[in-house]
Amino acid sequence: MSTLAAVEGSVNTIGYGIAAIGPGIGVGLVFAAYIQATARQPESAGLTRVYMFMGFAVVEALALFGLVLAFALGG
Amino acid sequence: MSGQPTVFAAEFPPGTDSFEFDSLIPALRDTAAATLVTKITLLVWIAVAALIIFFLVAYRDPKIVPTRAQWMAESLYGAIRDGVCREVIGREGVRFAPYLTTLFCFILLTNLFGIIPFAQISPNSHIAFPAVLAVITYVVYIWLGIKKHGFFGYLKMSTIPPGTPILLLPIMIPIEFIQNLIMRPVTLAVRLFANMFAGHMVLLVFILGGVALFEAENFLLRPVSLLSWATAIAMTFFELVVQILQAYVFTLLTATYIQSSIAEEH
Repeated sequence: MSTLAAVEGSVNTIGYGIAAIGPGIGVGLVFAAYIQATARQPESAGLTRVYMFMGFAVVEALALFGLVLAFALGG
Repeated sequence: MSGQPTVFAAEFPPGTDSFEFDSLIPALRDTAAATLVTKITLLVWIAVAALIIFFLVAYRDPKIVPTRAQWMAESLYGAIRDGVCREVIGREGVRFAPYLTTLFCFILLTNLFGIIPFAQISPNSHIAFPAVLAVITYVVYIWLGIKKHGFFGYLKMSTIPPGTPILLLPIMIPIEFIQNLIMRPVTLAVRLFANMFAGHMVLLVFILGGVALFEAENFLLRPVSLLSWATAIAMTFFELVVQILQAYVFTLLTATYIQSSIAEEH
């Protein structure tokens, strides 16, 4: 059977690209919510900043798992 | 540094090999002790020494009107104590301020090695160092939780969220157990590691890619190397932001975990 098209190199990079979609949306939502909260109630900026970073860190971890696994799993 | 300039782009495209360093002591190469003294471990020792010396010198002779070094040390400590400990843990949190400040400074300094000339790599881009830091956090918050609530009390508190219906318990207990007692230290370590790893990789891609373009056969490609290097400079500033943010996030999450351990039962 003749090959018409082939993907060469590591397919993991495509997997990582797909894996980054979800956390990308999530990080966007976190910061959007923070900006909205600050715009509605500017004096709450300091109060919610800590929670913004906390939420950002938790969401971002998923994207980084994808990155690490893309390198860790050969193929 | 002699011969063909092509040797600079030999590492392009960069891979995990770009993170391996030979032993600085030639006699130790190819022995079991080859990883004892490398650029990475040397940078960690430098960071430790720099921090100890900085804080000792800054507070050797404290004045009411602080000198510049004392002011820097005090504002660092004050920022972590008020911005992280008081904010997240509450009044009780002040006793964790020395540890959290040390943690923040150490991670920040080792991260900054990623963009400091001649160092150019962060020790945290090897999983070993973030892993040890995460294990310390893990031991601290589990120990505090067990000390405060007892072994089974702490286990119950960290696996059963308050107000869970009994029918949901078979699902909730495994999820919460994995979440609170297994994934927490893993994500803590992986987050710092992956950020530094990816940051170093991005800089390598743009800098070595620029060299590869500069030496391209097709002379039309050569000016593109300038664009690549300009991007590398922009990414260096972006890395600075990421490095500070990651040091802060690690400290913040450590404080959060400590808070969840010493919080009153609901």
